Amino acid sequence: MEEKKLAIIATKGTLDWAYPPFILASTASALGYETQIFFTFYGLQLLRKKLNLKVSPLGNPAMPMPMPVPVLIQALPGMQSIMSSMMKSKMKSKGVASVEELRDLCLEADVKMIACQMTVDLFDFNTSEFIDGIEYGGAATFFEFAGTSDICLYI
Amino acid sequence: MPNFDQELDASGLNCPLPILRAKKALTGMESGKILRIIATDPGSVKDFEAFAKQTGNELLESTEEGGKYIFFIKRA
Repeated sequence: MEEKKLAIIATKGTLDWAYPPFILASTASALGYETQIFFTFYGLQLLRKKLNLKVSPLGNPAMPMPMPVPVLIQALPGMQSIMSSMMKSKMKSKGVASVEELRDLCLEADVKMIACQMTVDLFDFNTSEFIDGIEYGGAATFFEFAGTSDICLYI
Repeated sequence: MPNFDQELDASGLNCPLPILRAKKALTGMESGKILRIIATDPGSVKDFEAFAKQTGNELLESTEEGGKYIFFIKRA
């Protein structure tokens, strides 16, 4: 069986958007796909050594809550943290893996992770803030792999 | 029920963990050996079918007893 390839661009840095790239990449590797993820703009947050990802209740009317929370309350300082911890404990109780766990599984499964060098420079990030075992590259680096991929996702 | 060589309890775990753990367990097994997997995620029924189809590891049996899903997969 010829090895299939999956290329993903991860552009978002919130807790809810952190899941799709890592779930799909780890599963694809388990199915024998060669997989790469290109992290750009806010997606770079997913490569930080210490993750502190949040969900944003604001502007997200579909976010389930035990009781309805008026928008003005949602905008209060601290609400984002409260709702993020609620989401995390809910996920844990349902046996959903943490983002860290899924990311480790991806690394273990040799998913290649590429951080966008331009974004690193743009936001003055220090590469020591990011996990080991990743590469740095630009759009051309991404296309080198994406151009030969069977599936390419923008997340 | 087929005999098995190794067992994996993936109870309480949700997608994609049962598949990932199964893949890891199978990697450490010899060809022809059988892995028994216990899962509680209803989505794993379809997922293990798809996993077997795509990886070539054979799904020998898939059953449900009392909310637990049991799979027997033969390492390719």
